[in-house]
Amino acid sequence: MLAHIETFKKYKYLLKNLIMKDIKLKYRRSILGILWSVLNPLLMMIVISAVFSNIFKFSVANFPIYYLTGSTLFNMLSETTNSAMMSILGASSLIKKVYIPKYIFPLEKCLFGFINFLFSMIAVAIMYVILGYPVYWTALLFPVPVFYTLVFAIGISMILSALSVFFRDIIHLYSVLLTAWTYFTPIVYPQEILSDKIKSIMSLNPMFHYVQYFRDVLMYNTVPGFEENLICAAIALGTLILGLLFFKIKQDKFILYI
Amino acid sequence: MEDKNVNIIEVKDVEMHFNMNKEKIDSLKEYVIKLAKRQLMYEDFVALDKVSVDVKKGEVFGIIGYNGSGKSTLLKAIAGILKPTSGSIRVYGTIAPLIELGAGFDLDLTARENIFLNGSVLGFSKKTISDKFDEIVEFSELRDFLDVPMKNYSSGMVARIGFSVATMVRSDILIVDEILSVGDMLFQQKCEQRINALMQGGTTVLIVSHSLEQIRRLCSRVLWLDHGKIKMLGDTKTVCDAYETGSLVN
Repeated sequence: MLAHIETFKKYKYLLKNLIMKDIKLKYRRSILGILWSVLNPLLMMIVISAVFSNIFKFSVANFPIYYLTGSTLFNMLSETTNSAMMSILGASSLIKKVYIPKYIFPLEKCLFGFINFLFSMIAVAIMYVILGYPVYWTALLFPVPVFYTLVFAIGISMILSALSVFFRDIIHLYSVLLTAWTYFTPIVYPQEILSDKIKSIMSLNPMFHYVQYFRDVLMYNTVPGFEENLICAAIALGTLILGLLFFKIKQDKFILYI
Repeated sequence: MEDKNVNIIEVKDVEMHFNMNKEKIDSLKEYVIKLAKRQLMYEDFVALDKVSVDVKKGEVFGIIGYNGSGKSTLLKAIAGILKPTSGSIRVYGTIAPLIELGAGFDLDLTARENIFLNGSVLGFSKKTISDKFDEIVEFSELRDFLDVPMKNYSSGMVARIGFSVATMVRSDILIVDEILSVGDMLFQQKCEQRINALMQGGTTVLIVSHSLEQIRRLCSRVLWLDHGKIKMLGDTKTVCDAYETGSLVN
């Protein structure tokens, strides 16, 4: 364990460099550069809320904010897991040449996705101002559900990145799965339209809990209780441990398949 | 002074097997179809067969053999890139792998950015790279092109940067796989001088090369691999002579 921490320290700078590289390359050669990180989600949000606020306004109060909070958090999950899934395959030329702890690659994609999420949060804040929605003190707690989601996403990413090395099918399958997952989480529709039965099935969906927690602190001025926190933390930690174990078992075989 | 007789690399009974399936199966559909047709035949390919060798501290150790004899596989196993199927490898010290130059270069980035990226890939800290930055640039002789994206570089220029970064920080072990054939003649000479200087400083060097002349000039001991097995292990002259006569007979 101690040796693991030592190696991680040694490669911390590499991790940072890889993230910086992704950030630099994403908007390189565009005139506005890094500004796009905020501008892009902001423009998206303006379009979406303009469209949707006319369709759903009867069922959810403040639909734009309702939608934006849910989709921003879910986007973090889909962006991190999707790019992390390809990370080992994408780093194949590197893995074949030098020894690097391989978990660095999916981890890096997750942290990159997390940073993009933070930029999107700036856009969300701007939308709050534009729409004149009240900000409660509970909003300060928003890092808590984000942290749970990120840990959960890292766990999923570990599994996906290892699996995709052996079975490329997972890449195509996961995009379908992700779409299904989006609709299985109350993002575009209000929770109230669900029957109790569906709701109880849905509570098995981790993202259901995280999105709700996220909205509770950002929109509803409530702080989820101890039990809800326990559920959220247990899911995140459990997934992370499972993911790391799976990755550890499989990682020595990567090089034979990439 | 440090004891010259300390093992820095211990390779013990290392075997490396590969599944040489005729076609690569990497989708579930293919796998099921092959399984149903009972075509899932794996041919076991032994790239290294019970190889045991110790390398002493400060030695310049050459590895020779024909194509496909397992030279690179052995180097990769020592560098930690490949995990041996059985047997053990112990390495006491840091390794600078020059298996391919410029691992991790992103050609969209500038040379300046790549020096930091490549340095961190090799496990160096930011401070180390910053401290050595000028020396690296000086050695590569490419100061004028520092802020040009590396996709505009020629392959020789890329190799210069790669070599400069990898050898600038003293590692305990330097692994050199056929890379001395990059760059123009002047730079090749410079590379060899650099390696010589590192050797003087006590770095252990592992060299794979097809140039016997180079091996004779640099190495103190040589390992001859043939089809994954040790054919011969001994001092440079004996092994190189035998290898040469062997090649002539074939």
